[in-house]
Order: sequence, then C-alpha cells, then structure tokens
Amino acid sequence: MSEKRIRVLVAKPGLDGHDRGAKVIAQALRDAGMEVVYTGLRQTPEQIVSAALQEDVNVVGMSILSGAHGTLFPEVVNLLREKGAGDILVIGGGIIPEDDIPALKEAGVAEVFGPGTPLENVVKYIQEHV
Amino acid sequence: MFIKDELDQIAAAKETWAAKLAATTKKRPEREAKFATDSGFEIDTVYTPNNLAGMGYEQDLGLPGEFPYTRGVQPNMYRGRLWTMRQYAGFGSAEETNQRFRYLLEQGQTGLSCAFDLPTQIGYDSDHPLARGEIGKVGVAIDSLADMETLFDQIPLGKVSTSMTINAPAGVLLAMYIACAEKQGFTKAQINGTIQNDVIKEYICRGTYILPPEPSMRLISNIFEYCSKEVPTWNTISISGYHIREAGATAAQEIAFTLADGIAYVDAAIKAGLNVDDFAPRLSFFFNAHLNFLEEVAKFRAARRLWARIMKERFGAKSAKSMSLRFHTQTAGVSLTAQQPMVNIMRTAYEALSAVLGGTQSLHTNSYDEALALPSNESVMIALRTQQIIGYEIGVCDVVDPMGGSYYIESLTNALEEKAVDYIGKIDALGGAVKAIDYMQKEIHNAAYQYQLAIDNKKKTVVGVNKFQMEEKPVEGLLRVDLSVGERQVAKLAKMKAERDQAKVAALLQTVREAAQSDANLMPVFVDAVKEYVTLGEICGVLRDVFGEYKQQIVF
Repeated sequence: MSEKRIRVLVAKPGLDGHDRGAKVIAQALRDAGMEVVYTGLRQTPEQIVSAALQEDVNVVGMSILSGAHGTLFPEVVNLLREKGAGDILVIGGGIIPEDDIPALKEAGVAEVFGPGTPLENVVKYIQEHV
Repeated sequence: MFIKDELDQIAAAKETWAAKLAATTKKRPEREAKFATDSGFEIDTVYTPNNLAGMGYEQDLGLPGEFPYTRGVQPNMYRGRLWTMRQYAGFGSAEETNQRFRYLLEQGQTGLSCAFDLPTQIGYDSDHPLARGEIGKVGVAIDSLADMETLFDQIPLGKVSTSMTINAPAGVLLAMYIACAEKQGFTKAQINGTIQNDVIKEYICRGTYILPPEPSMRLISNIFEYCSKEVPTWNTISISGYHIREAGATAAQEIAFTLADGIAYVDAAIKAGLNVDDFAPRLSFFFNAHLNFLEEVAKFRAARRLWARIMKERFGAKSAKSMSLRFHTQTAGVSLTAQQPMVNIMRTAYEALSAVLGGTQSLHTNSYDEALALPSNESVMIALRTQQIIGYEIGVCDVVDPMGGSYYIESLTNALEEKAVDYIGKIDALGGAVKAIDYMQKEIHNAAYQYQLAIDNKKKTVVGVNKFQMEEKPVEGLLRVDLSVGERQVAKLAKMKAERDQAKVAALLQTVREAAQSDANLMPVFVDAVKEYVTLGEICGVLRDVFGEYKQQIVF
C-alpha cells in the first residue's frame, strides 16, 4: 500500500442518475489517499471495462440504485475476465436487497456495501484487499 | 410587528436572563458546543420578539391567500380541503401499475402519481440496447399509447388528477395522456395533472436528461404555450427541489437552486414571447420534507414568500396565481435506513407533518422498506395511512399556519429566505441556472459529503445506523421486478410495431423532424404522432438526431 497509491474507478452502470453515493465514496477514497476516477452516469459495462483498463485501476466500485445490478454487475466482472483483467477487485453498492448478494458474490463481485455503510469500512476493505 | 419600548424591555430582560443561563450551563453543560440547523444556521437558546424586530406583518407575512403568501396560498387551507394524498407508484408492466393505481384509489388516495422506468425517462423504447436490465425496474415501461391505454384502464382521466414524473420527454408523455383521455371520451379541458418537465435539475442532479439545454428549454416553452391554450388546468412543470435535496443540498440550497431554476424557465418563456400571467399560474413546485423538522416548516414558508416576491418584483406578474407557489412534497428518501426499517415509519411521519405545517398542496409519504427495494402493497398502505392520520386524527388541519408567529420559526423563515437570496445572487452573476449547473453541483456534493462525514463521526445521530444498533433478520416480502417483465414488454412492442401502418409512421416522424427544425410548437405534432402509435423512442430518436444529446460534465 505504501509503495504505490491504489487506483480506483468509481462507476455508474445503467441509467439511474443517483450519483450522491458514488461521488461521496469517490471523495472519501480520494481523501484516504487513493487515486480515483469517476466515470459519470449511464455507463455501459463495455465503457466501464475499457475505462478500468485504460486507467490501469486496482479496483472497480460500482453503484446502482435502479435494481439493474443483477444484470450489469456480473457483466462487468465477465468482461474484465475476458480482457485478462480478472485480478481487478470489483465491489458494488446501492439499493441492493440482501437476497441478491449471494448471487452477485458468486458472479465475482467481491463485496456489496448497502445503505448506512460508514465510509471508513469501504476504505479499509479496499486497503485490505488490494 | 412590535412596539419599540416593549422590544427594549424584552432585550433588557434577556440580558439579565443570560447571566442565569450562563450559571445553569456552567453547572450542566449543554449537549453541544454549538447547535445548528442542517443549513448551518446557529441556533440560539431561545427566541423573542427581538429576533423579529425588523419584520412588518403586512409586508412579510400577510394573511393566508394574500401576498406574500408566507402563511399559505389559500385563505382557509386545509379547513376547506386536505392536501392531495398522492403516492408515487409504478413498476413492471402497465398492467401491474394499473393494479397498484386502482389499489391506491380504493385505499382512499386522492390523486395518482406515476413513476416511469429509466428507459422511458430517457426516451428509449424497451427494445433499445441501453434498456437491458432496466425495464420496469424503477417505474412502469411506456413505449407507446398502447401501454398508456393499459396503464389507465378503467381509471377515468377526466375525473382523477395524475402527476407524471417525466422530464426530458415530458411533451411526448403528455401527448399520450391527452390521446388516452380523448379515447376515453374526455376533452383536453377536462384533464388535470402535472408533468415534472424540469430538465435543469436533471442536469444538476437527477440525470435523466436527453437534449442539450437550448432545445430542452424550447420544448418546455412549447408545452407552456400549448397548455395555456389547450389544456388550461394542467400543471405544465413541477420545478423540483426534491432531487436537489436528495443529492445532498441543504434546506437553504434547496430553496435557492429550485427558485433559480424557476427563474430560468420564466425567463425562457418570456423570451419565447409569452406573457408571464398566461403561463405562470400553472407553474408548480416540488420540495423535499427532511428530518430537521422546524427548519423544514420554515423552508416551505420561506420558499413561498420568496417566489411571490420574485414573480412580483422581478417579472412584474399581476395575477395572484402567478405569485402563489403551489407545491407537492415528498418525504426524504435519503433519510430512510436499511437498518431497523420499521423505524422509517416514524421518520416519514415527522417529515410529512412538517410538510403539512408548511402548507403543502399534495404529499407523498415514503414507505419504510424503500432503502431496500421498491415498496410492497403493505408498506405503501402504511405510508398512506400516515397521511390520513395527520389529516384526520391529530387536529393540525383545523387552523391555518399554526406555526406562524413562533419567534423561532419566523426567524428561521427570514434566515432561509435571506440565504436563498444570496445564493440566487451568485447564480445570477454566473448567468443564470443553466450556466450555473456545475456551481450548484459542487455546492450539493460538498454538502452531501459533509453530511456523510457528520454521520460517520457521530456528530449526527442516525438511529439504528450509528447509535442504538441491533442484530436483525433480513426483511421479508420485498417487492421484486423480475427480468421477464422486460422480455414481455419487448415482445409486446415488437408485435405492436409490426401491426402499424408503416408509411403513416414514417410520415409522422418526418413531420416531427420538420417541426423540430423549424420554430413551430412541437406539441401538436407529438399528439398527432402518438395517436398513430408512433413510439416514445422513435420520437425522441428524431429529436436526438436534430438537436444532439447533452454531455454531462463530471463534477466531484
């Protein structure tokens, strides 16, 4: 961790415009010393993966509040693997029912952070898993 | 409002009392070194007439239904009729949403409020590649008039009022609503409702924009003009602070940024040649009811007074209706917690009460399970019952503006107005709301970040989240929209498209294109097109082609 700054892509897949959480997380990670790129809204899985590769990130953090997580999170994981970037840590957050989390983890999403998660927990999780 | 001698006496008494207070706090220190509202106003221990020394009753408060409308927009407010209880609903297919609407009407709801899915809100049909995974998720999927007919099956559109949360493609959805009402046998003059139609806040914080600002503002002015002649009781816009607040703004910013957006719409319509009193009476607003109860009550009062002053002084409006700020309120989605979700019922009740004490015209109360999923039938019913308790059981609706005259509430109302005026001055200096989008985004983001830090470092208590936590079981019975909804919708759309008269569709789309390229009003061509089942995506596709798409600036 000390030798190289952790690079994170904060991404908003899908069409929902709720970016308060994504931006707050992005700011917290930046304040914790990470290099953070935020994609902006309405990113396709292809765009997210291409940005992740281009920015050479260690982590992709995605936020969805529309309910499309079940479709879009696994697509990002699969595309990363196809491009030989399966080592990138993929995490997610948003309005995600507890029942959906096992399937997302099975699909390769390392962790899902729900509403009420302290920022520090996300920072720590990334520091410990990169 | 007070006699000077009396004020002097009270000031002197307060000075003596301050020594007593100091002795008390020395013995028993206060819980906080400094108390402040969510907007950052420092709160004194107690308020007296001295805090209102510069106020004039007539100029600053007036009677209800009179300028500057601080005390309410109607003379008797809820003594005449309660606010419209309007639960925002929509999910899955038009059939399912139709059932939810009818359920809510049977439960005593008095108006409809329709949520559309994201592809619909962004002007894509369900068969568009970007619609994948999103169809029917956060609202109902509407591709064409056929879906609209199903959505309002057995609901007489001449008799209910319907609010539609639709912005960038608002004109097209309004055209479908008109076509649907006419098919049911009602005239345009008989329908009532609201389209949100507030694109500036989509750029700022909500995200369902399509076109760049200039054509968007033209479309909005087209709707104002068309409705002022054809659909006279339709609320042509709902200028929304709700989402600005949800994105993180403070109460003062919520007033300021919302009214700044309002100013931009009025400016655009006047520039398009409309007379202010022809369209301004149909402007409506939409605010958030957040947790800081007293500041929220003051916020609604301050917004009403400031808008009245802006319309009168800045735009020279003559009609009382142009100066009256009528608004819908929704309780704060961001205040709901995923932890101990039943507790959200209490949060929502207090928020709803602040909206009623603030004089709202309609209200949506959130359901306790909304930090987890879309609300279930049961949770929506409790949310509606919460409003019914406020309306029918606790007596707060029997008098107008009961909080008026409280030294603290009036003082806070003044402070909020003053702060909002200050922000609007900054936005004016930047060239108006459209030019100040990134300024507002930065302000909102900073406030959101500070809010989260305050929760994380426990300066702000959130019950069940950073205090009074407990082990709990996952909530059962959450509503789910499965992917088969999308598949069925796509199949239905394909069938409908195949059955249309293709030459007619092509000709109508050409008419839309030509109208867009000219400076004609687009509303009549939208109405003609949707009647022949030209789809939302097809019409918006032409608009995208003619005007280009908005590119988001990333500010954080």
